[in-house]
Formats: sequence, structure tokens, C-alpha cells
Amino acid sequence: MEERGMEEGTIKGHDLFGYVGIEAVLDQMRRKTMKAGFEFNIMVVGQSGLGKSTLVNTLFKSKVSRKSCSPNYEEKISKTVKLQSVSHVIEEKGVKMKLTVIDTPGFGDQINNENCWEPIVSYVNEQYERYLKEELYVNRKPRIPDTRVHCCVYFLPATGHWLRPIDVEFMKRLGKIVSIVPIIAKADTLTMEERQEFKQRIRQDLKANGIRVYPQTEYDEDPEDRILNDKIRENIPFAVVGTDKEHQVNGNKVLGRKTKWGIIEVENVAHCEFTNLRDLLIRSHLQDLKDVTHNIHYETFRVRRLNESNLTKESERKKEELFF
Amino acid sequence: LFSHCVWKKHSEKQYVGFATLPNQVHRKSVKKGFDFTLMVAGESGMGKSTLVNSLFLTDLYKDRKLLNAEERINQTVEIIKHTVDIEEKGVKLKLTIVDTPGFGDAVNNNECWKPITDYIDQQFEQYFRDESGLNRKNIQDNRVHCCLYFIPPFGHGLRPVDVEFMKALHEKVNVVPLIAKADCLTPSEIKKLKDRVRDEIERFGIKVYQFPECDSDEDEEFKQLDKELKECCPFAVIGSNTVVEARGQRVRGRLYPWGIVEVENQSHCDFVKLRNILIRSHMHDLKDVTCDMHYENYRAQCIQDMTSKLTQDNRMESPIPMLPLPTPDVETDRLIKMKDEELARMQDMLNKMQQQIHDGKDQ
Repeated sequence: MEERGMEEGTIKGHDLFGYVGIEAVLDQMRRKTMKAGFEFNIMVVGQSGLGKSTLVNTLFKSKVSRKSCSPNYEEKISKTVKLQSVSHVIEEKGVKMKLTVIDTPGFGDQINNENCWEPIVSYVNEQYERYLKEELYVNRKPRIPDTRVHCCVYFLPATGHWLRPIDVEFMKRLGKIVSIVPIIAKADTLTMEERQEFKQRIRQDLKANGIRVYPQTEYDEDPEDRILNDKIRENIPFAVVGTDKEHQVNGNKVLGRKTKWGIIEVENVAHCEFTNLRDLLIRSHLQDLKDVTHNIHYETFRVRRLNESNLTKESERKKEELFF
Repeated sequence: LFSHCVWKKHSEKQYVGFATLPNQVHRKSVKKGFDFTLMVAGESGMGKSTLVNSLFLTDLYKDRKLLNAEERINQTVEIIKHTVDIEEKGVKLKLTIVDTPGFGDAVNNNECWKPITDYIDQQFEQYFRDESGLNRKNIQDNRVHCCLYFIPPFGHGLRPVDVEFMKALHEKVNVVPLIAKADCLTPSEIKKLKDRVRDEIERFGIKVYQFPECDSDEDEEFKQLDKELKECCPFAVIGSNTVVEARGQRVRGRLYPWGIVEVENQSHCDFVKLRNILIRSHMHDLKDVTCDMHYENYRAQCIQDMTSKLTQDNRMESPIPMLPLPTPDVETDRLIKMKDEELARMQDMLNKMQQQIHDGKDQ
């Protein structure tokens, strides 16, 4: 037999004599994932009344928001930013997902909102810290519970102008430690031209302030990814409308908002970009969001933390040397 | 007048004719023209400029540049005035719009209403000085007659900044709260928000502008309209700078993929009601309340402060404290006299020359 593939080092599929069954691994993975289920943690940030709870409910087609779960929920503005999370297990076609929605009531609602992002930054870092601790144990759990924030959806009010100072401050800080997906909330007050202009201005502002939102260009894995993600990047932030009410349109039941001048169909791409957001977050990029969180944001945190503790160990050792 | 007097002798009460006074006032006012100062306040992007353009059917903000986020970070609250002279059917209106860019836009908005309250007080002070002065012929009334406050439709009611702002201003100016960009709300959401806002206005003791009560002798239809108007507050408004085609007509509106919002359609929003209140029915009342209540309160407070200050200094020169008047300048008076005499001489010379030319022609 001739020496084959010595230069390349790999044998391509068509070089095999018969069907080996390697691709069956995919099936095995799928089945395992289905059995084990998976976790997804999504944080929603924005001022009171921008439709965070409604959007989350609409995205996951269930009542998963904190508003829907508390028995005597009263909508009032809280004086400090207090993060609250609600978890649900939702199932679809045999696949189980433990969805955690982290809400940030009080953000941006006060007269003085200085540093209102700090509790959020702390929370994100705490989850990384927790995971790191579990990872460092000698006897590790087979599956470390993952409470890290995989995605932070930031709600921009549909003013039509530019980003506000609070938007810039928040996204600058959080963009470094978590994947931010900014959206234009309650976008049914913008006409199509106003929407395009607003998006352009926002993208300009993001660039001018060095804010990196998801999907970040540097994490594109290959040209195929790049093409796909470029298309998304040209379109963000998505202009979204949410609702849990259904109406009849042309004999079909659709999710929509009924006004005196027409019905805004949430899942109609000609009306708003809700489906684009849903596809991004759930149908196409959910695993990628988790990967970016684990491989990039978490690793950055880990490296920093370990260096810090090395430094403290170093300085403590040096102190000991001084004394002894 | 006299002919009326003679003709109506048979009536019980002799007709004197002063019932025509309103007509006389009307005629004089038309000649003189009106002025009205309207302030608009609220965060950026609430549609204030668009609404003002829609109300007065002008484009006051043609050359406006929107600040981007970087420029906004160090922005402070400014006061900008635009004045426009509008004339309709021979009636002149000098309209002044007072804009408050920067309000509520920063991260820290503590006391962001102070520049606005300072401005209103300054106008009162200016008027007080002018009113107390010697030459009162051409007093300029720059007092703010009405302040439209734009509440975002995105919230669940009043936010802390809304409450604080309105409380800082309600005793200085007529505050008319509006729900901005109402086209992102369904009818039931509008109702819920209005109820909530009305409730909170009462709960926080905010004194918004109240429409005067109907006279008891008005007809039922008028009373009904008045009642509907009052129940409609705060008005949910939509504005537009563009004209669109709707139901075969060209109207001011907003074109969406799901339908067309017509600004002047009363089932779409309360724009027409607001315009009627502001311009067609209550403009005069807004001015009256400003003069009779807000300004008088300011004046009384001012005098009280000055009196207490004087008694503190132990100098009671006159029972009615006066603001320091400009002292007549002797030098200026002399110069004026000189100029007058020179003008008289020049006029004389001109007359003589004209006479010469006239005589020359005859010859």
C-alpha cells in the first residue's frame, strides 16, 4: 500500500473505504444534550416601563418574567437597583432548558443615576467568581452549575435621537465583561425612516465610544461566521415590539398590538424586528452566546483573578521574606 | 350709539350702549396684536419640537442639530427662545417658544429644573421692575404663560424626575402635563396611564393648570364638552412634521407599515383638544392666571422679602418700598437738549430750502 496523506496529515471523508459512522457522534451529543438539558441566563436592563417583562415572555412564549410570577406585583419604581432572578424549566420537543431571567429594577429610574450600573457589574463578576471557585475545587462537580450571565439585553428608549449618557456609561462598562445585545424598545413609535436614522446614529455612537456589542467582530471564528455576523451587525440594534395578546388578522391569530390605526404584528418582519432578535438569541446564536461567555468573558475574568491572587501571594511571600 | 338709545326707548331698561365694549376691546386688540409665551419641557426625543411645529403649523427648528452622545455628556440645561410672528385673518400673534434642551438627559439630573425656575423668576423680576418704573409705555411681557411638560409614554406613571419638576414649577407657571409620543400606546394602555398619572398628580399635591369652571348659564352641549375636556387630562399627543395621504385626504400624520396615524383625528390622539385649549379657547385664561396668580404671588413674595429686609436694616423710608430707579443723568439731559435744538435748526433750514425751490419754480 502506498503511503497516503503524509503531507496533509488528515484523511478526508471520501478517502475512507466505507461508512465508519463518525457522524453518529453528533446524534449521541444531541441525545445527551436533550437528556441533560441546558442552562441559559439572560439579563434584561433598562428603565421602568420599556417592556422588559413583556419581551421576555414573548421571546420564550411563556410567562417567565418576574412580573408574571409574583402574586401581588405592584409596578413601582424602586429606590435602588436590586437584581432579581427568576428561573424556569421550559421544554420543547424533548429538549429541556433551564432559563433564568435576571431583572434589574431601578436602573436609570432615579433623578440621580450615577453609578446605577455598579450593582450590575458586581453581579456579573460574582457569577464568574462563583464558577471559578467551583472550577478550582479538588473534588469538582461533574457539571458546575452555571449562573453566569450569557447575554445582557439592553433596552434603549425609542427617542429617535442618539444614545443618552447613561446608555454610553452602562454599555462601556458592561461591554467588557458580558455580551450586550442592545435593542430599541417599544419601537412602534418610530416610522421606518426614523428607525433607520436612529439605528445609524446609535451605531455611530457605539463606534465613537469604543463599545463592543454582540456579536463582536474579533470573535468571528471563520469567514462563514463573519458573513453571517456582519449581516447582523449591520442591523443592530433591533427595533422591537412585544406583546402577549393575540388578534385576528386575515383569518389568522397573530401576536400583536391593536391600535386605532392598525394592528402591529410582532412576528411580521415588515413591522418590527422581534423575530430577528428571537432568532439571534434562541434559534441561531444561543450556543454561541454561551461559548463566548465561557471562552472569552469568563477566561478574561479568570486570568485577571488568578494574576491578582498570584500578586497577593507574591507580595505576601515578599513580606514574609522581609520579616524572617 | 345714540341711534340705538333712541330706538330702544320702549324697553324697560334704557339701553346705554356699553354692551358694545367687548367689540371695542376686540377691535383694539386686533390692532395691537397678542403675545403668548409657551415653554416646552421634557427629555430629548419626546417629540417636543415636532409638536410645537404641528400646533402652530410652522417649522421653528429647521436648522437644529441633534447632539450626539459624546456632546451630551457634558451638556447642561439651557434656555433657548424662538420668536415667531404669526398672522391669521388680520389677527397678529407674537409667539415665543421657550425650549429647555438638556433637561433630564444627564446621568445625574439633580435639580436640573433650576435653570428653568430661575428663568421664570427672572421674567417675573423683569416685569416687576418695568411695572414699578417711570416709563411704562412699552413694557415687554416676557413672562411664561404656559409650560407643556412631556411625560414619556414608556413608563408606568410619573417618575421621580417628573414629580420633582412639576412641583418645582406648579406655583410659578401654568403646568400642562402631556403624554408624549402616544402612538406607541393602545387605547387601553392610554387610559391606564392617564388614570395612573391623574392619581399620582393628586397624591403628590401637584397643582397643574385647571380649566375654569363653566358658567352656570352655558348650554348643556358646552358643559358636556367642557366635562369631556377635563376628563381627558393629561392629553395624549402625537405630532408630525409631514403630510401623508389618508382616506383620500392630505393630512398631518405618521406613516407606518401597519397604518397611518392622523394627528388631527380625535380617535387617534388628543392633539386637537390640546390645540383648542391652548389657542382657541384658553389662551387668554392662561395669560390671566399667569398675571393674576403666579405673578402676583411672586410680587407679593418679593415685596415681603424686601420689607423684611428693610425692617432688618432699620430704614423705613417709604411705606411702599420701591425698587431703585435709574437716576436721571444731568449730562445725558443736556446732550439730548442740544441734539433737539440742532434738529430744530436743520428742520428750519430744510423748510427754507424747500421754500426757495418752490419760489424758484414760480419764477
